Amino acid sequence: MNHDNRYPFGFLDEYAKREVRRAMLKAVAIPGYQVPYSSREMPMGRGFGTGGLQITLSLIGPDETLKVIDQGADDSVNAVNLRHFIEMTCPGIDTTTKTEEASLIQSRHRIPEKPLREDQILVLQVPYPDPLVVVEPSEDKRKIMHGEADYSRLWVKLYEDVVKFKEITISHRYPTRIAGHYVIDPSPIPRYDVPRLHQSRALILFGAGREKKIYAVPPYTSAEPLTFEDVPFRVEDFRDEHGLRRACARCGSTESFLDEFLNEGGQKVYQCSDSDFCEECLALAVPREETDHA
Amino acid sequence: MGYVAIKGGGRAISGAAGVLEFLRTRQGESGQPLDVHTIHHQLSLLESRVLSEGGLYHPELAALAIKQSLGDTLEASFALRAYRSTRPRLVETPLLDTRDMRLIRRISASFKDIPGGQMLGPTTDYALRLLRFELIEEDRSAFQAFARSWLQEAPPADLPDSFPKVLDSLRQEGLLPPALPPRPLSQGGRGEQPFDITREPLIFPVPRSAALATMARAETGSLLAIAYSNMSGYGDVHPTVGELRVGYVPILLAHPVTGELVEAGEALITECEVIAMYEAGDDGAKPAFSVGYGACFGHNEVKAISMAVLDRALQKGVKHGASNPSEDPEFVLLHVDGIDSMGFASHYKMPHYVTFQSDMDRLRTTQKKLGERETS
Repeated sequence: MNHDNRYPFGFLDEYAKREVRRAMLKAVAIPGYQVPYSSREMPMGRGFGTGGLQITLSLIGPDETLKVIDQGADDSVNAVNLRHFIEMTCPGIDTTTKTEEASLIQSRHRIPEKPLREDQILVLQVPYPDPLVVVEPSEDKRKIMHGEADYSRLWVKLYEDVVKFKEITISHRYPTRIAGHYVIDPSPIPRYDVPRLHQSRALILFGAGREKKIYAVPPYTSAEPLTFEDVPFRVEDFRDEHGLRRACARCGSTESFLDEFLNEGGQKVYQCSDSDFCEECLALAVPREETDHA
Repeated sequence: MGYVAIKGGGRAISGAAGVLEFLRTRQGESGQPLDVHTIHHQLSLLESRVLSEGGLYHPELAALAIKQSLGDTLEASFALRAYRSTRPRLVETPLLDTRDMRLIRRISASFKDIPGGQMLGPTTDYALRLLRFELIEEDRSAFQAFARSWLQEAPPADLPDSFPKVLDSLRQEGLLPPALPPRPLSQGGRGEQPFDITREPLIFPVPRSAALATMARAETGSLLAIAYSNMSGYGDVHPTVGELRVGYVPILLAHPVTGELVEAGEALITECEVIAMYEAGDDGAKPAFSVGYGACFGHNEVKAISMAVLDRALQKGVKHGASNPSEDPEFVLLHVDGIDSMGFASHYKMPHYVTFQSDMDRLRTTQKKLGERETS
C-alpha cells in the first residue's frame, strides 16, 4: 500500500476546512474580532505556523500560486518546510518567491516590502492573538474587555512605559485598533510593518493555531496603532550615528526593513530582511555594475 | 555571511532528517529493526500513553509513531494527533457504560471488600524496582518457557461479564450525591451532548465534559504535576480511590440499517473514581462526599488518578472560586496539552531575527533617552 496517499488534498479533512472558512468569513465580517475555531493538529509544532497553515490549506485550490516566507525570507528553514508540506499535500499548486506573482502569501513576522494588491491574500502566523494578554491573563475576562472596547489597562501600560522609559517599550506585535473598535495583536511583525495594515488593498488573515483564533483586517479597513497625541508612533530606526538611513549591504536599498548581524570579521552588517525584495534590487543593480566594469 | 546561513534551507532540512534516520538505523546489519507488533506487545504501557495523549485509538499507528519518533512520547503522540486531523468525523457512539468493561484490573482503596472483589491484574505497584539483569540477554525461548508455565498454572477464568461500580453502593447509602441519569446522545438538545474538544474551541467557562475531554488527552506529566500540587498542599481534595479499573470497554454503534446497537470493537481504557471531602448538598440536601472522575485510553493509572483529582479540584474551583492553580479551569485546561506546549517550547528554536531587531531598537532608544535624561 502506498502510505503517502493516506493524506487528502490540503491535508485537513473537508469538514475541518469548511469550518476554518466559516471562521474566516466571520472574521472578515467583524474586523479585528478574534473568532474561536477548533484548530486541528498539524504535523508541525504549535508555534511553527499551524494557525496560518490551516488558513492557507483551507483557502488553497489547484490554481493558486503560493509564497511562503519566514522572517522575510523564502529560503529560511521553516519557510522551506512549510512550502514543501503544502506542495506535498496540495498537488497542482504553483509556488513562487516573487511577491507580485503570488495569489496567496503565508508569512511569519513580516509583511512583504512590495505593496500588495486586491487579488492577493496575506496570511500571517500568530503566536499570541490577544494584545490584552500583557495586562490580563484570563481569557474569560479579556473577552469581556474586547466586547466593551475597554482597553484602558492597555493604555495604562503604554503610559507607564513612557513614564518609566520615556518610550513605549512594545517593539513588535504592536497593539493596533481595527475599524475603530477591536484592538488586535498584528502578529509579531515589526512596528515597521504596522502602517501597511492600514487601508491595505489585500485581505489580511491572522491564524493562531495553538490559541485557536482567526481574525482579519479586511481590505480598505483602518488600522491604527495605539499612541498618545504627544508620543507619536514610531517605526524602527535604521539611521546611523550621523543620522543617515542605513543601506542594505547586499543590494544597497535604503527603503527596507534591515536585519542586523555580525560578519566574520566581527563588524556589524545590515541586510534586507525581505529576501525577494533584496534579490530584485540586486537584479536591477547588476547590469549597472557590469557596465561599470566594461 | 549571515545571508548565506539562511540560504539552502531545503538542503539543511533533508540533511537533518537524514542524520536522524541514521541515528535510528546506525546499528547496521547486526540490528533487528523494531517490529511495530513488538512495540505493541512489549512496550504496551508506552503505547498506552501515546494512544491516550494522541487522542486516537489506533494501537498499530501508535506503535508505528513510537518507532519513528525514537521513543519520544511527545513526538509519537504528536504524529498520531496530526494524522487524526486528516480523518473526517463520521459517526458518534452512544454513551458507553463502563460497567460492561472486560476487566484486566480493578481495585478500591476505600473498601477492603468490594462487590465483585479486588483484582490486582498486571501492575508494577508492588514490584521491587530492582534491575533484572537477566533481561539483557533474553531470547525467544525464555518467552516461550515463561508463557508455557504461566498458562499451565493459571486457573480457569470464571469472570462475570460485568462488575458493579463501587460508587453505586455508596450512592445507595446516601453517602454520595445521586448520579446524573445517563442521557443518550439522540435525546435532548445541544446542551445535553458532551462537549467535543476536537470540534469546538474552549471558551471559558466550559462545561465539565470539556474539562474531562481535555484532560483525557492531556500529557501525563503535566497532569501529574498540577494534580500533585493539589495533593501536596496547594489544594485540599484529599482523595480516596473509590475504584480504579483497567479493561476493554465495548464500543457500540447503531447499525446503519436496523438502528440496533452492535459491538464494533473494544478499546482499552483506564478509569478512576476518587471520593473526596464531603460538602454541603445543594438546596438543603444532606452533606455528601464529592466525586472526581478520570478516564483515558490505554493503561495509564497515574494519569487517570491525576485527572480524577483535578476533576474534583476544578469542580470546586468553579463552584466556590479558585483558591489555587489546580482549581482554575483556564490555568489547568490551557496548560496540560502536551502537543500544544511542546510545539510552543520548540518554536523558540526558530529564528526571531525580525522581532529581536525590533527589541534592540526599543532598548537602544530607551537607553539613549534615559542616558540623555541623566546627563541633562
